[in-house]
Amino acid sequence: MDRRTFLRQSSGSIATTLMAARSAWAADPAALPAGARSSSLLASLPGKQPLIKRSFRPPNYEMPLDGFRHAYTPADTFYVRWHDNVPDVSLADWRLRISGPGVQRPREFTYAELIHGFEHVEVAAVNQCSGNRRGLFSPHVPGVQWGYGAMGNAIWRGVRLKQVLESAGLGAAALEVVANGADTLLLTGPDFAKSVPLWKALDPDTIIAFELNGTRLPVWNGFPARLIVPGWTATYWVKALVDLQVVDRPFEGYWMKSAYRVPKGLFGPSGFDSQDTAQTSPITSIRINSLIVDPPPGARLERGRRVDIRGIAWDGGAGVRRVEVSLDEGAHWHEAVLGPDLGRYAWRQWRFGFTPSGPGLQSVSVRAIARDGATQPGALIQNPAGYHHNIVQKADYHVT
Amino acid sequence: MSRESMIACALLAACCAALPLHAADESDIRLAPGAGLVETQSSCAICHSLDYIVMNSPFLDAAGWQKVVTKMITVMGAPITPDNAAIIARYLATNYGRDPAPSATTPP
Repeated sequence: MDRRTFLRQSSGSIATTLMAARSAWAADPAALPAGARSSSLLASLPGKQPLIKRSFRPPNYEMPLDGFRHAYTPADTFYVRWHDNVPDVSLADWRLRISGPGVQRPREFTYAELIHGFEHVEVAAVNQCSGNRRGLFSPHVPGVQWGYGAMGNAIWRGVRLKQVLESAGLGAAALEVVANGADTLLLTGPDFAKSVPLWKALDPDTIIAFELNGTRLPVWNGFPARLIVPGWTATYWVKALVDLQVVDRPFEGYWMKSAYRVPKGLFGPSGFDSQDTAQTSPITSIRINSLIVDPPPGARLERGRRVDIRGIAWDGGAGVRRVEVSLDEGAHWHEAVLGPDLGRYAWRQWRFGFTPSGPGLQSVSVRAIARDGATQPGALIQNPAGYHHNIVQKADYHVT
Repeated sequence: MSRESMIACALLAACCAALPLHAADESDIRLAPGAGLVETQSSCAICHSLDYIVMNSPFLDAAGWQKVVTKMITVMGAPITPDNAAIIARYLATNYGRDPAPSATTPP
């Protein structure tokens, strides 16, 4: 089956066929809404390992906890999140257009022109959905009820957005760059387009990527090219990118003006002044966060036998300075051993060894501290859309 | 382990392995029966799979579900008549709404 036939049969239609599925996904966190747990299942989209299905159409699938064991998330394990229909893109027909009042010479690139016309660069970066962990909010808020897995870490390879924009001649009036993908609407509603401020668009780490960990981007993750906006949540990482408009006034699309917003100041300055209002800001930088991966929370530990707790920590680009673990619910904190530094936008693996004295329940809490001094809060910072869940995680193990 | 239990285990394992890998898709989703089910299924599934409803339950109250239905119409452009919007909001609140708070008059 060629790619186009494959896509027609698989993307966004009622005929979506999954190669394998198992219902009653037992490993869903108990904190998710009961309906989210009963409607999830472990299923393989074509070309993907089994992921946790949250919704069939549009396809929203998150990575199970064991996927976090990899330093770099394999392409076939990377989570899937679409607002609209997954587009049926042919490489031969694909074009990237650069236009708008902020450029002097509108340009259009074929795939070959794009990848041969500019220097290739790589950036290791976490891609995290703005709503990752929404399902853990208490009280619950409506939306896709994600657990921990709407994120991944990868080496993205592509060309600098700055160079591509400069090839069209940036004008002095340039304010924001609006990115649009080839995805098509489910039926109606606002087009999914996102803007970034000029300073972020010109950052040398902001790229148009066509490879994930050395392989072509999967269709599910934005083939043939997507925007990589390191440090910012994935809503800006527009998939199946086809259009860039450099605009001279704030972009007014629904997904900027009304959605993906947080109360102004609640999470610090947005860094996106032209989209701030008196009350709200666009969600931008990823907050300092950490996750226990191994042994999975709830596992059995052997009394008197040393065990390594392993996990990851990440933030929006300051980098992880330290990870601390508490065995007494926060009364005392001990420093974990950090793994190799893969780059300031990548996640950092850590481990902490101890010998459970048990028997009974043993809690393990973890918190990360960023190089800018930021750390994780002990209590949830409530916000209407359920973003930035980064409270200190406490896992309970059974020591026998 | 006895020979019989070994055979039983082997049989069980064979049965488990033989279970078909069910090819799940959204047509497997079954919403709760009740007044308004038909209107809900036919209106919502035009744009998205119905697991969105189950996933977002049971934590919204009637006003919360009304807000969702209104957003789908006014923002997302769902072609739903006002009459059907009311029927759908009622169905969602009844079948996928938050459990009502315990009544103050309920005896202990």
